[in-house]
Amino acid sequence: MDAEVFRAWIVSSARTIEASRDHLTQLDAAIGDADHGINLARGFAAVLGAQEFGKASSPGAVLTVTGSTLISKVGGASGPLYGVAFRRAGKALGDDADPGLHALSAALDAALAGVQQLGAAREGDKTMVDALAPATRAFSKAVAEGASRDGALAALAEAAEAGAAATISMQALKGRASYLGPRSVGHEDPGAASTALILAALRDAARAAS
Amino acid sequence: MSEPVGVPTSEREAPMSRVGIVLVSHSAGLAEGTASLAGQVSGGTVTIVAAGGTDDGGLGTSAAKVQRGLRLADSGAGVVILPDLGSAVLTVRALLAEDDPQVILADAPFVEGAVAATVAAAAGVDMKAVAAAAEEAWHARKL
Repeated sequence: MDAEVFRAWIVSSARTIEASRDHLTQLDAAIGDADHGINLARGFAAVLGAQEFGKASSPGAVLTVTGSTLISKVGGASGPLYGVAFRRAGKALGDDADPGLHALSAALDAALAGVQQLGAAREGDKTMVDALAPATRAFSKAVAEGASRDGALAALAEAAEAGAAATISMQALKGRASYLGPRSVGHEDPGAASTALILAALRDAARAAS
Repeated sequence: MSEPVGVPTSEREAPMSRVGIVLVSHSAGLAEGTASLAGQVSGGTVTIVAAGGTDDGGLGTSAAKVQRGLRLADSGAGVVILPDLGSAVLTVRALLAEDDPQVILADAPFVEGAVAATVAAAAGVDMKAVAAAAEEAWHARKL
């Protein structure tokens, strides 16, 4: 997967986040501060508008500029968290012009580690980690079992979606929703929901390129 | 973002090497109000910078405002940052290099911590002691 596929992934993420902006914000209104969709849509729009984004010549550079822009343009928790995730993934890919599945798997692991280091969230805390962690596991398992690129990315997106859905029954232990205590149960975590959307966009961008 | 409070214009040319304080809040009003409240106890000797709200004036935290705050507050003795809620912590942590020795992110109640940190900074102690004073504010009961 070359820089064009990664750029297409980010463009597709921006579209899907924009299309789901109100839905994500409604999820956040239930248990947070009602800005997730708005903030993330604005952040991704800023990424697409960044000069360096169009010029980035390697997959790692595409992800690094995406992360840096999200950190500086998103005023909520999702900016730093997604920003660090994309930057760590970009750093893990390095200058590789066409990283394979093992490199992508390592980059996803680095993204997860960055998010957990920054936010100190564990699985079960009702955060984006509940989508990202099972997704990275499913991807590396599929890669280890010799799955095709599309097959491994389908497993990634599917696990993220299932992980996001599983947050509905969880009580929030991290983030703004944790102030609600047991009242946070019964709502999908907006960060997990947007993570599932972004990883589905990766699957779709890779499929479209093949 | 407001200009630094507590430091008369005439003194900004010759900054004293006291620890500076950056208040990172989701709200510009909360950050500025807390900065002026804390500034009252400094005798005009501590640079306290309010970094509140998003770049477009909404509720949220701004990496650019925090960066600017760090530049304004650092007069050589380092900076202690006080965040209000969790995502302010994330914004600050995402910005800072792995271990920037000139900046400490303090885990403290926002208003009480700002006042305690300012008192300590005015006394001329080092940044570790200023951060410790802010964190001790958890134990300052009102009743």
